[in-house]
Amino acid sequence: MPEAAAPRAGTHTISLTIDGAQRSVTIDPWTTLLDLLRGPLGKTGTKKGCDHGQCGACTVLIDGKRINSCLTLAVLKDGAEITTIEGLATGDDLHPMQEAFIEHDAFQCGYCTPGQICSAVGLVNEGHAHSRHEIRELMSGNICRCGAYTNIVDAVQSVLGENQKAPTP
Amino acid sequence: MMRFSYSRPQTVAQAAASLVADPSAQIIAGGTNLVDLMKYDVTRPGTVIDINGLDLRDIRVDGEGTLQLGALATNADTAYHPEVQSGWPLLSSAMLAAASPQLRNAATNGGNILQRTRCYYFYDPSTPCNKRRPGSGCGALHGVNRIHAILGESANCIAVHPSDMAVALAALDAVVTVEGPAGERQIPFDDFHRLPGDRPDLDNTMERGEIVTAISVPANGFGSHHTYLKLRDRQSYAFALVSVAAAIRLEGETIAELRVALGGVAHKPWRRKDVEAEFIGRPANRPTFEAFAQALMEGATGHGHNDFKLDLAPRAIVRALEQAHAGTPQNQAVKVVF
Ligand SMILES: Cc1cc2nc3c(=O)[nH]c(=O)nc-3n(C[C@H](O)[C@H](O)[C@H](O)COP(=O)(O)OP(=O)(O)OC[C@H]3O[C@@H](n4cnc5c(N)ncnc54)[C@H](O)[C@@H]3O)c2cc1C
Ligand code: SF4
Ligand code: FES
Ligand code: FES
Repeated sequence: MPEAAAPRAGTHTISLTIDGAQRSVTIDPWTTLLDLLRGPLGKTGTKKGCDHGQCGACTVLIDGKRINSCLTLAVLKDGAEITTIEGLATGDDLHPMQEAFIEHDAFQCGYCTPGQICSAVGLVNEGHAHSRHEIRELMSGNICRCGAYTNIVDAVQSVLGENQKAPTP
Repeated sequence: MMRFSYSRPQTVAQAAASLVADPSAQIIAGGTNLVDLMKYDVTRPGTVIDINGLDLRDIRVDGEGTLQLGALATNADTAYHPEVQSGWPLLSSAMLAAASPQLRNAATNGGNILQRTRCYYFYDPSTPCNKRRPGSGCGALHGVNRIHAILGESANCIAVHPSDMAVALAALDAVVTVEGPAGERQIPFDDFHRLPGDRPDLDNTMERGEIVTAISVPANGFGSHHTYLKLRDRQSYAFALVSVAAAIRLEGETIAELRVALGGVAHKPWRRKDVEAEFIGRPANRPTFEAFAQALMEGATGHGHNDFKLDLAPRAIVRALEQAHAGTPQNQAVKVVF
């Protein structure tokens, strides 16, 4: 293996577990987590919509909880365990939330979908949604330009229902 | 985003010293406001000081029954904490009305009360703004000012403070603990944020080098008669046009104690303890609430686009007091207004 060039002054080397794989990267401190994922790490499954925390397209899970990767600096996340849309499936077996989105036709163009699915997985992990109203409220950080909301709520509710028998509405 | 250097102090003293040593340095906690402002070139720190290595994440109730919130505890961990939900439901409710689940998972308590205004002109470096560039003028005063202040503003700045959490903290008589080169001090919440006056560049009364370490909220009797009513352009994931944190303690049908703080109307959460005091002993009914709303709106003025707030705010106050009185706090997921 060629010897790595010495890091430039002012850069920082951080290590992250991303989708189960340990990665060590040297970055400028102003690199957002989103730009690190999509750029050097090639994880383009995570989308950039607004780049300002307003749409949710960039949602990833950190230690199981969802955040907007566009509004955090990668350097702040040294040591974190990050799951993106690319880490949800196990081999060819889709995550139940991915299956549910297909089953319920919960997307149209698909641009918001990786963020929606990561957010929905976070919603289930976080455990605060028990009704359709609460699913809607706790999915409100993800905007869908195509307006697939009704089917998205159906998809999330089907997975929640399996986990904890969510009452309707 | 502009370039900056990065440091990660291990103690509050180190962080304070770095702030003093470099006048262009800024703290980063959750980053949800600072990163946004750096992307828009509104703020240009030479150094970003990451305080996430500091041990300020605690949420607990102390021996006196006071809620102690670490500056770095997240908004989500705070709002969903069982002690906060049972003992300070008004605070929990206000926090769950804010932003989105993603943002609340990242946002910290210190960062929340220190977030900057969402004034459009503040956000656009090509326009004048006395808060961003002192002396350049106020773009909002004669511009688009739909979201702006109706109370306590000055000719220099008509911005509002955007935090929901801060409105509840104001109503609950919270105290902010800050630590800096001169040691630790406690700032009562009402003295923490400032009105713009002739220094709109200053949002609060912290000194350079000071860091928020904790927020404490005294034990109180507002477990049942409270509400946080937030009115906005869409029902979720939007800042308040007007919000009301209301709490009442009743003796029979008489008001024994009354707290009302308003969001979305001023440069700081708007509360008038003198007006509240006048209403102690009055019957808890709609005419009283209407009279209170009128008194609290004393001196309110519109600037054109935000004139609607002159009607919206008193109505929201009355509605919030009715909710608090009836013991039917606003549910932040079911958006029915009772
Ligand atoms: C799309 C969107 C919608 C939102 N909607 C709402 C809403 O409806 N209601 C609401 O209340 N908020 C809302 N927010 C704002 C959000 O709540 C704040 O961005 C967040 O609380 C800031 O916390 P943070 O830890 O990320 O702060 P940071 O971005 O890390 O810091 C914010 C500021 O505080 C300073 N700072 C942080 N911590 C400390 C400390 N301990 N001591 C000294 N200085 C410190 C920083 O230097 C910076 O100036 C929204 C944000 C976005 C992006
Ligand atoms: S209202 Fe305040 S923040 Fe907005 S443009 Fe005027 S001075 Fe700037
Ligand atoms: S890209 Fe991050 S919220 Fe829109
Ligand atoms: S499916 Fe097109 S934006 Fe949601």
